Amino acid sequence: MAFVLNPRPSAPRVELIARSGTRRLGDLVRQPVLLFSWIIVLLAIGWAVAPSLFTSHSPYAGDPDASFAAPSLDHWFGTDRLGRDLFARSVYGAGTTLTATLLAVLIAFGLGTLVGLTAGFVRGVVDTVIMRVVDVFLAIPSLLLAMVIVSVLGYSTNNIALAVGISSIAAFARVMRAEVLSVVSRDYVRAAYGLGVSRIGVVLKHVVPNSLTSVVALAALEVGTAILAVAGLGFLGYGAPPPEPEWGLLVAEGRDFVASAPWTSLMPGAALALVVLSTHRISVSLRKDHAR
Amino acid sequence: MTHSLIDTARAREDVDPDPPAEPLLQIDDLVVEYRTGREWTAAVRGVSVTVHPGELVSLVGESGSGKTTLIQGALGLLPDAARVAGGAIAYSGVDVTGWNDRRMALVRGNYVGFIPQDPNTSLNPVKKIGQQVIEAVRFNEQESSDAAAHRSAALESLRTAGLQDAERVFQQYPHELSGGMKQRALIAIALAGRPSILVADEPTSALDVTVQKVILDHLVRLRSELGLGILLVTHDLGVAIDRSDRILVLQDGELVEEGPVDRVLEHASDPYTRRLLEAAPARHAGRLEPTTGRRDAAPAGTPVLRAGGLSKTYQLRSRTQRSELRALDAADLVLRKGTTHAIVGESGAGKSTLASILVGFTQADAGTVHVGDREVTGLKGRQLRDLRRDLQFVFQNPFTSLDPRFTVSRLIAEPLQAFGLLKDKAARASRVSELLHAVALDDSFAGRLPRQLSGGQRQRVAIARALALNPEILVLDEAVSALDVSVQAQILQLLVDLQAELGLSYVFVTHDLGVVRLIADDVTVMRDGAVVETGPVDGIFSAPAHGYTRELLAAIPGAGHGA
Repeated sequence: MAFVLNPRPSAPRVELIARSGTRRLGDLVRQPVLLFSWIIVLLAIGWAVAPSLFTSHSPYAGDPDASFAAPSLDHWFGTDRLGRDLFARSVYGAGTTLTATLLAVLIAFGLGTLVGLTAGFVRGVVDTVIMRVVDVFLAIPSLLLAMVIVSVLGYSTNNIALAVGISSIAAFARVMRAEVLSVVSRDYVRAAYGLGVSRIGVVLKHVVPNSLTSVVALAALEVGTAILAVAGLGFLGYGAPPPEPEWGLLVAEGRDFVASAPWTSLMPGAALALVVLSTHRISVSLRKDHAR
Repeated sequence: MTHSLIDTARAREDVDPDPPAEPLLQIDDLVVEYRTGREWTAAVRGVSVTVHPGELVSLVGESGSGKTTLIQGALGLLPDAARVAGGAIAYSGVDVTGWNDRRMALVRGNYVGFIPQDPNTSLNPVKKIGQQVIEAVRFNEQESSDAAAHRSAALESLRTAGLQDAERVFQQYPHELSGGMKQRALIAIALAGRPSILVADEPTSALDVTVQKVILDHLVRLRSELGLGILLVTHDLGVAIDRSDRILVLQDGELVEEGPVDRVLEHASDPYTRRLLEAAPARHAGRLEPTTGRRDAAPAGTPVLRAGGLSKTYQLRSRTQRSELRALDAADLVLRKGTTHAIVGESGAGKSTLASILVGFTQADAGTVHVGDREVTGLKGRQLRDLRRDLQFVFQNPFTSLDPRFTVSRLIAEPLQAFGLLKDKAARASRVSELLHAVALDDSFAGRLPRQLSGGQRQRVAIARALALNPEILVLDEAVSALDVSVQAQILQLLVDLQAELGLSYVFVTHDLGVVRLIADDVTVMRDGAVVETGPVDGIFSAPAHGYTRELLAAIPGAGHGA
């Protein structure tokens, strides 16, 4: 017969993909703000993991003679009413705040995806019931909801994490449901059924992996929001009891002395703000990568 | 300025009706580049095109050949990421290269009319057809006139485009018209500025074959009646051969063949053009033979798949009324072992519904399906899954039917895994490699992702995957329709080879009668959900009993010049 089987080799495409890895690093260098954001976030994680590497001061032991010392080379952030080094307290506080944040995002991400997946895949009555409950959750301001939950469970950092997590489930569920709905209607999902893959197999192998990308981008955005919520609840006194260093609590403790010793609130507050802004910047870049 | 351009152009034609001094459109050595990152890559590399009055020139090329970019460049409609990097464009001798958009807007419509590709998306859905034509009249008139004059000019334009009932169409919205009528409305819009040349970008690719014939007939008539020059862009060599005076073949942005139809047909000098000609389904009289040698006369096999009296009705609900769509009306089908049964029809004929009932994606309202001796109608869950071992499905579009996150080897191994076969890793890998070779791909493809493959390679992977369970029957739903014609030819050959080797039986759904002749033993022609005619391909093609079948056969592009 006249025509021959002749699969064209596609070498150039492979080369293209190999190049994209190095391009990403190049992008980072060309965007100084993004680079700076990564440094800040990595630094904050470093503080949380190994605080003693970053400061020689103790977060608890104060020097009564040095109370309200202004920021200096010895005390970078200054000292508070009891003469405790604020930089040390901020560094040690990162552990409490960021752990709670991580927990909150994990709870919201895990439960939210599960709820959204169920609603989007099962459809019908289940979908209607779940999504109306989600609507109710979305209607209540999340900080208010978190406060109610902490009040019921009792004041502690772990409960704050739980409360912030639960109050953000709704957002994840909505995004996940929308993604699942669109993925389920794709040809490759129908094709998988056609090949004889079971329903569970289709969900686990095709629907979930292909739905998760935009939910992951939302999770990155949610980190900043969750840090704010955790610190906000700490500030209001729902979290760790006073001697503990926690970012929200640090700001709260300095509140009464803002006029005479502004650094007591400002320095931990600035650290908090920088970390939140940095996570936002990073999540925006992740979303753009995803859109590309 | 531009008026004088048009005037001189027309005056010149009046004075000298014989071979005109200047062609209507002359593109010289045009280079168009696209920006990718910070580099520019050429999509059109030095192409020259001329169109004379009363001449129909076809520009033929497969996807990615740069044919659309070329005419966008000629019309000044390039996207922002593209630029004209060299060459010249002249309309009737007036060089418009580098004209800004405002000046080009005066040339478009007045001098050159553009007919876009897809009539279903090219009209504004919230405006009546009449308004849209009037708009084109108003923007392109030489001296301003009143609303009544606009209206009558628009009606005249609609009539010239072949819409007999122009008054009624004038008052209708796009969704009230069929695809063919929408394409005529677009032609009317292109004609509204009384252009001397029409540029049509795949004007019939989204239309059914019988409608395509009517539209092309009309374009040809416009050319001879109005003396228009027409530049027809198409991927379908059959259409080009049937309709044009000259053919230009574009490959990778370069002109590889140019000349009058007969010369291209008889003495194509370029190997790519010859391959395209070979690949055009209409050029083949009989069924494809396996590459391994002639196959025995079609085995008079026992039926492996029987469908009887299948019906399916969809309930349509709009805000105002409920209605029913009878998608399938008592359709029968018998597939003999080791043969191919093609289901042919135009859009809405119910052929896809039929295929999807056969494989159990859709439940029929009435009727039965037997695979071998087993009744499979209404199977659910486990039993339906078991059926998949015998009956597999290949989708139309290989760009959406493969999970983008799966590597080729994982895609092919998926059905094996689903049924818990070949648990041993090495055994599975060797089966995957065996299947890859069966579809003429080598092991280097195993680790690739779908996006690293071309369309044809993807469809090969989809076929390999369908073969993984050693099924007896493959249901292919328009499995070659989304592919370029040369790739389509390769896939068809592959299917014929596999059939000879493995004794497979195919149900082959297609809208393209040319393809049917290449691959099928039996054919069922469908219209409006009902079977019009069924029987062996040779019989139906040589002596169609039904008028509709005759109409379909006559509409195959390129058939006249084919065998």
